[in-house]
Amino acid sequence: MEILVILIPVSLGLGAVGLAAFVWALRGRQFEDPKGDAERILSKDWDDRPKP
Amino acid sequence: MSDATLHDARLSACPACDAAPLAQRIAGQGGAEDIILSLPTIHCATCISDVERALLAHPGVREARVNLTLRRVTVDAPGLAAPELIPVVEAVGYEAHELDPAALSASAADRQGRDILMRIGVSGFAMMNIMILSVAVWSGAADATRDLFHFISGAIALPTVAFAGQPFFSSAARSLRAGRLGMDVPISLALILASAISVFETLHSGHHAYFDAAVMLCFFLLVGRYLDYRTRAVARSAAEELTALEVPRAFRLTASGDEPVPVSELIPGDLIRLRPGARVPADGEIIEGASEIDRALLTGESIPVPAAPGMALSAGEVNLTGQLILRVTAAGRDSSLARLTQLVAAAESARGRYTSLAERASRLYSPMVHLLAFASFLGWYLATHDLRRAVNIAAAVLIITCPCALGLAVPAVLTAASGRLFRRGLLIKDGTALERLAEVDTVVFDKTGTLTMGVPQLVSLDPLPMEQRPMALALAQASSHPLAQALAQALIAVGTVPAVLGDVREQPGNGVLAMLGDAQVRLGRAEWLGASHGDATMSATWFQFADTPATRLDFVDRLRPGAEEAVTQILASGRRVVLLSGDAEPVVRDLAGRLGIAEWQAGVSPMAKADRVGALADEGCHVLMVGDGLNDTAALSMAHVSLSPASALDAARTASDMVMLGNDLSPVPEALMVARKARARIKENFSISVLYNIVAVPFAIAGFATPLMAALAMSLSSISVTLNALRLR
Repeated sequence: MEILVILIPVSLGLGAVGLAAFVWALRGRQFEDPKGDAERILSKDWDDRPKP
Repeated sequence: MSDATLHDARLSACPACDAAPLAQRIAGQGGAEDIILSLPTIHCATCISDVERALLAHPGVREARVNLTLRRVTVDAPGLAAPELIPVVEAVGYEAHELDPAALSASAADRQGRDILMRIGVSGFAMMNIMILSVAVWSGAADATRDLFHFISGAIALPTVAFAGQPFFSSAARSLRAGRLGMDVPISLALILASAISVFETLHSGHHAYFDAAVMLCFFLLVGRYLDYRTRAVARSAAEELTALEVPRAFRLTASGDEPVPVSELIPGDLIRLRPGARVPADGEIIEGASEIDRALLTGESIPVPAAPGMALSAGEVNLTGQLILRVTAAGRDSSLARLTQLVAAAESARGRYTSLAERASRLYSPMVHLLAFASFLGWYLATHDLRRAVNIAAAVLIITCPCALGLAVPAVLTAASGRLFRRGLLIKDGTALERLAEVDTVVFDKTGTLTMGVPQLVSLDPLPMEQRPMALALAQASSHPLAQALAQALIAVGTVPAVLGDVREQPGNGVLAMLGDAQVRLGRAEWLGASHGDATMSATWFQFADTPATRLDFVDRLRPGAEEAVTQILASGRRVVLLSGDAEPVVRDLAGRLGIAEWQAGVSPMAKADRVGALADEGCHVLMVGDGLNDTAALSMAHVSLSPASALDAARTASDMVMLGNDLSPVPEALMVARKARARIKENFSISVLYNIVAVPFAIAGFATPLMAALAMSLSSISVTLNALRLR
């Protein structure tokens, strides 16, 4: 059972990372245009470097 | 549930109020406002990059971002105006229209949506983490391990409930302050009681903790609330877009020429130029020019009225043929259009207090839940004198009866139903409109602009001799008058080639004349050609070649596509159809005959329309009013539920619960059918969630309920309710 000491913090940590990513994406307005994002991935613009 | 809906509905009932501070803020920034264009035809990745690249290549554009979901592009281009950018987009092959940013109150609504999403995300992550620990407890973790797991669950759940539960807590507090028991009161009570009991049990190494149930409850209810918000946000943004498409602008005459100004800046005494085809922006008196005026939107008359200097025009009328110079007599809030609109807004009361199914359910449900929980607490306490056990059981009863599925039952169905109707071109603006639509047994139609397009169509070409047709076509093509255009269309359709005429001139308000050799050819009004008008109720134009007798050409108002099918289907479904028109009797009689409408009335004034709808309601009929003009607005707001086409006057669209985005009337019978189905689904969903309760509550009252059972009942009922709603799509 000692393994729990490692596993529980790991599982909580992973959850927290996911939550932080979600909050970051939401704050960055990444859920404003779901249809557009689905299409933008197909375009070749900014494939080689990020949009300034 | 109901309180939040009510509260939000109050906020959104007046988009202009929401938009006003926004507009002020934008104005305060000193012209740093973004240009928003509507792009109705974009649909793919190529469209996005085409539009963005074209705009970015245009000098002065700093940033352009397409939103495909809303079909809009936001352009940051200081010093540029929308009319300069529209050709840029059109050059790469996409339709573009200017949107009035002041009419789009998107930002406030977006913030609300992001707020709910954030709470859903937080409660979702917390729910999954707690569930991992809970599964261990359910599978038999005991003693110190169980206590540790409960302790960690609590550490996650308490902040989550405090954050994610806020919408429920604040709404419950509001409804308690108003002295009512809304759906959010038992929800909040269950959340607080479940958390408190679980903390107590954890500290005393109890067997059952309901942390997972509390967080799961938050999660599912927030999903329901988000669906509810999405449905209204989609409808609101589409409705706002319709308003924003009409950028109110007038051309003011100044010493240095014409100057485009916002209509809101017009003041009495201003001189404005009115181009053919333009809507009159403010009340005024004609100073110069002759034309014809289309008053259909205000009075329902389908025949244009001649206009000459000295005549008074009201805002909302449309100038047809000639240019006019107008001296403004009343503008903005003082114009007769605005006054009538305000009158209508004040009269809006007939359906103000419609009780939705969800409200009725919660009125029945909330007291029952509280009573049940309190009774089990009292019963157990009196029987065993064990306070801890009694509170535990009361909490279990509250959690299990908690209307998780009830919270999803209505929004899931409404989302599916309005999504289906939206794809057919029907926009549901009001949350309870579908429920009200399901009750409709009488449909009242307006004529001009609703059953008909307000566009004339030639009855027959036969009166016009073959050899005169090329001349008539040449004359008709020289005019922008609707009758001339309809004549040209009919002539081109039979393959007529226009004759070459010399010296073609349009006499605004009268007609067109030209020379063919020495002979004069004329197309226009009867009086102008010296012919007797005869039956003055039909729209007609006259054609004369040299000294030959003038030929009369009759027109009828073109039927809206799908009008015939719509009326037939509505009649076939056993509903009553009534036609109320402000137009003259022969035209209305003719149309009613063509569509098979037995009940019709002509020459009805706006107030009489509203009275007639009121009388139908007094007879016990549930009326669906379909209309587009200002003369229908009072009737639209009197009716049980109302619908207007997208071409309707802004005031009429505002008064309506639904807006038809396409030209076609055929979605109307479908909407009636979908509404009935939606109501049936909502009732089924209520039965499903009640059924789960009937099964689970006796266990809870008997004291056998476990957190596992609560979790199962909650998730299964929510999923079955959602799946049932999806059958509507």
